[in-house]
Amino acid sequence: MKKKYTYTEKKDTRSGFGAGLTELGKTHPNVVALCADLIGSLKMGEFASSHPDRFFQIGIAEANMIGIAAGLTIGGKIPFTGTFANFSTGRVYDQIRQSVAYSSKNVKICASHAGLTLGEDGATHQILEDIGLMKMLPGMTVINTCDYNQTKSATIAIADYDGPVYLRFGRPVVPVYMPENEFEIGKVIHLTEGKDVTIVATGHMVWEALQASEKLEELGISAEVINIHTIKPLDAESILKSVNKTGAIVTVEEHNYLGGLGESIAGLLSLNNPTPQEFVAVNDSFGESGVPEQLMVKYNLNDEAIVEAVKKVIRRKNEETI
Amino acid sequence: MEIKKLDDLVYQTRRDILRMVHAVSSGHPGGSLGCTEFLVVLYHEIMRLNKNFEMDGINEDLFFLSNGHISPVFYSVLARKGYFPVEELSTFRHINSRLQGHPTTHEGLPGVRVASGSLGQGMSVAIGAAQAKKLNDDSTLIYSLHGDGELQEGQNWEAIMYAAGNHMDNLIATIDVNGQQIDGSTDTVLPMGNLKTKFEAFGWDVLEIKEGNDLNAIIVGLTEAKNRIGKKKPVCILLYTTMGNGVDFMMHGHEWHGKAPNKQQLADALRQNPETLGDY
Repeated sequence: MKKKYTYTEKKDTRSGFGAGLTELGKTHPNVVALCADLIGSLKMGEFASSHPDRFFQIGIAEANMIGIAAGLTIGGKIPFTGTFANFSTGRVYDQIRQSVAYSSKNVKICASHAGLTLGEDGATHQILEDIGLMKMLPGMTVINTCDYNQTKSATIAIADYDGPVYLRFGRPVVPVYMPENEFEIGKVIHLTEGKDVTIVATGHMVWEALQASEKLEELGISAEVINIHTIKPLDAESILKSVNKTGAIVTVEEHNYLGGLGESIAGLLSLNNPTPQEFVAVNDSFGESGVPEQLMVKYNLNDEAIVEAVKKVIRRKNEETI
Repeated sequence: MEIKKLDDLVYQTRRDILRMVHAVSSGHPGGSLGCTEFLVVLYHEIMRLNKNFEMDGINEDLFFLSNGHISPVFYSVLARKGYFPVEELSTFRHINSRLQGHPTTHEGLPGVRVASGSLGQGMSVAIGAAQAKKLNDDSTLIYSLHGDGELQEGQNWEAIMYAAGNHMDNLIATIDVNGQQIDGSTDTVLPMGNLKTKFEAFGWDVLEIKEGNDLNAIIVGLTEAKNRIGKKKPVCILLYTTMGNGVDFMMHGHEWHGKAPNKQQLADALRQNPETLGDY
């Protein structure tokens, strides 16, 4: 019998970040926070008011924010920067590349409003390329969390990790179903056990993967759902072990299929165990304005899309074994 | 330190720069030579430095080179100050060297605290380090150096606005005003306007060192800058230098911004700068 995931409340992942930061304010005196005029959106208000000396309002100047964060590490501080994912990555790529990644600075780049679920603001703000940008930087750890609890746990965990981190989360309220404090950087979480297909999902799409697995069960397909919060470094061992068993994989992300989680896993599999794979991801396009739920349907980022991808990959698996 | 000793360091640093750049037929001698006197004075006369290099630089003054392409002078000054063996200068821009074309922390070279080269980022980093000093109740200072052409990068102006608005009065940022950049004079590439009034309009305390290649003028200027710290304003020094200073044929133009001397030119340049402390 497959384990069912339920929830009693919905919360936004960004509030998990805010809660984690608040806790770090109490436990980690060297943690400082920087924000580029989005305190409310990033839920950094409690940290800012509790520790005004350790909070830096930078203004609408993200490049300067990244540089200041890099400088703060030199005095032994652990800076957490906060702004939207687009302005956390694409806008400041060279600053992150030179002053943070190449300089091995212990900066935590925390990014809200990632992906299509930002909604009505439209494509200028809905970055779907950020995972790719960040994972290409040598030494950068890339984390994309799925719910409030996981985001809170991740926020706390990265403070104790020495090195640059990109932490990606989002705007909408989503089910809270992960236990708190079950988080280890670089270690996947197995949500369900299955034998027919592996579904590796990240961020908001993990819940959709769970919904898909229940629909698949009704169809007699046993899916192993893996919650992969850390996209880099990739938990190669766990993924390879799972596909060894299932022989088929679907990767699921709120991101362009180019440069995302799916591409990382395709690379891993091609080198170690070529396996039929389907991508549930954005098909190399920009987003657009709309209600998040509508957008996720239009761009094929929901449980139905996952079910279809699973059917397809299982067909391919069966064809290959004949 | 006596002026004679500083002079010896200047001559030797010029020789280091010229020989390093010549050896690999690449690098940036012009701005390096223009800032030689400044960096020699800063490291030997002005900054309070700890004996051993630690990245966090607690209780010591820190220097950030934003215009990283003048790495030859930075490396020479660091080596002659004892951060690493002077013999290592011979590895500049070679494969497997800690002395990369532009400075980096990546290879663990003592004295370097952040990578620079992609322009316009150093002032933000310097501000962050200055904020950390304030948080740590560390009264030592942050120095930074920037090219004048580098101010064309917009991030500088984010940083300049922030530093004044947040009273970063433990920061002394120096602009190397040589009026030259790769494609020509700053006036022809993109006129800088009046830098003094620009910085003042942003809320900085600005002082000028008109003779930016004169050791005494630099000592006086930097000493004055130190007197102005702790007064709620960041301090800017406009350091007027001559690109290529000390080598007659490299002066008064932009041609030697990023060009290495050939064998004959090197001999000519070295003749003008006698060996004082021993070549590497």
